[in-house]
Amino acid sequence: MIRVQAGDFDIGAEIAALTKGKTHIGGVVSFTGLVRDFAGDAAVSTMTLEHYPGMTERMLADIEAEANRRWPLDASLIVHRHGPLRPGDNIVLVITASAHRQAAFEAAEFLVDWLKTKAPFWKREAGPDGDRWVDPKDVDDVAAARWHK
Amino acid sequence: MKVLYFAWLRERVGTGEEDVSPPAGVTTVAALVDWLCTRSAGHARAFEQRDVIRAAVNQDFADPDSPVKPGDEVAFFPPVTGG
Repeated sequence: MIRVQAGDFDIGAEIAALTKGKTHIGGVVSFTGLVRDFAGDAAVSTMTLEHYPGMTERMLADIEAEANRRWPLDASLIVHRHGPLRPGDNIVLVITASAHRQAAFEAAEFLVDWLKTKAPFWKREAGPDGDRWVDPKDVDDVAAARWHK
Repeated sequence: MKVLYFAWLRERVGTGEEDVSPPAGVTTVAALVDWLCTRSAGHARAFEQRDVIRAAVNQDFADPDSPVKPGDEVAFFPPVTGG
């Protein structure tokens, strides 16, 4: 499942809902991305996430489907927020569940790496030194490239 | 044809969405960019760093050579920074 929303999410409640009744699941991995209060040397007071409604949902669904093709997952979830966020706020949640832990760990890492390079979101950071659009990080492209095989 | 702009492209163009009717010879993403640049100084400025701009046609990532036609939804945006 995928969701794009302005509101916050409750990690515990999401895991409970995703795994409820699926007693063949042996391991659940979750990743939560948070808003940092710094970017390099600059302080960040607000991060605003813009996205492409419609394409965002399609891309997240495609990425999730790819993870399910590559690993034997029993359940998966991607939740990505948009709009204005503050340091400490949740940005993104990825949950993967499988009979064995290795598939869940690998699939979660794959999902996070891919959504950083393929999901149409753009971050704008604001702080005492002004506003700026966040530049993509080369390290994210390198991380995502590991999965091309 | 509906053209969408996101992030700093939206700011430079001055709108997030516009309906356009390019001439019949505009049949690729690259040709559309060339034509859009003639519409205003803001458009030209938005597409200054053309090599970093990404495009999508009908919500699928597209290349400069990808075809465009009347009725398509074409989006332009910087490299993504989600996650």
